[in-house]
Amino acid sequence: MAVTKDEVYKKVQFALCEALGVDEEEVTPQATMIGDLGAESIDFLDIVFKLEKAFGIEIPRKELSPEDILTSAEFVQDGKVTPAGMAELKRRMPFVDFAKFAADPLVRNFSNLLTVGDLCRYVESKVGAA
Amino acid sequence: MRWFWIDRFEEFVRGRRAVARKCVALSEEALDGYSPGFPSIPSTLVLEGMAQTAGLLIGEMGGFAQRVVLAKIGRAVFHFPARPGDTLRYTADILDVKGDGAMASVTSHVDDRLQGEVEMMFAFLDDRFPSGPLFEPVDFVAMIRAFSMYDVGRTPDGERIELPPFYADAERAAQAGYAPTPSPVVAGGN
Repeated sequence: MAVTKDEVYKKVQFALCEALGVDEEEVTPQATMIGDLGAESIDFLDIVFKLEKAFGIEIPRKELSPEDILTSAEFVQDGKVTPAGMAELKRRMPFVDFAKFAADPLVRNFSNLLTVGDLCRYVESKVGAA
Repeated sequence: MRWFWIDRFEEFVRGRRAVARKCVALSEEALDGYSPGFPSIPSTLVLEGMAQTAGLLIGEMGGFAQRVVLAKIGRAVFHFPARPGDTLRYTADILDVKGDGAMASVTSHVDDRLQGEVEMMFAFLDDRFPSGPLFEPVDFVAMIRAFSMYDVGRTPDGERIELPPFYADAERAAQAGYAPTPSPVVAGGN
């Protein structure tokens, strides 16, 4: 039976509470992983372990951390992601809302882009949530 | 002071499980002043012993070629303090391994009593960090030999595990350069 979006949200919320030591109330769809929930780089590995276990999925590093794009001379110029880079990011991460980032695509702004809602949409795409 | 917080491996199954023993002694400086009047090993050092048990288990999987560091302790519960004379038995089970790191569940027992239970995450340092081994190869070999890791270490099929070639070469080179100091005792003297 397909997993529902609500079930995905509850499990993601639980994984984030466990990995980041935050309260359930703080884990809202709009909350950013780094700015609002205080995630550090090492926490993402922990979150990946927890989500893989919770949903029985595999999460390749590149799908959540497009470091290769953000450090590529082809896709970044003067610290900004180029239009080609934006297209590549959107192709790689269709679950992320890039509207705000696209307005000022500084590479340094990317780290605080991912929200809980983005993460849920990513998992939904992996498990085929209804 | 040696930063060894396990004394010996009892069991070591490549990529799966390791069991190590730690004897708590009143002679250990770390017990001084930690809990005056009630000597016990600090829980942080129990964690260190657990991390050494699990970290060596994870590092051995890749022939100690990857640089494995304790990155995060997700959950740690200690049920009672371990006192001098107690033998702690750390059991590490690997839960998951990825390209970036690994998760392990580790327990600590005194006899059959559960003393502590911890979930630990280890990271593999990548090329963002300075390259090279974290330890001098010869010192590292001496440490894992002292822990009896290769005396008890087996693959899941029951075959003995061997020291990786890089470390075996380092050990041979050190042994070749070793010149015993002549004994000051005069033969036939009393």
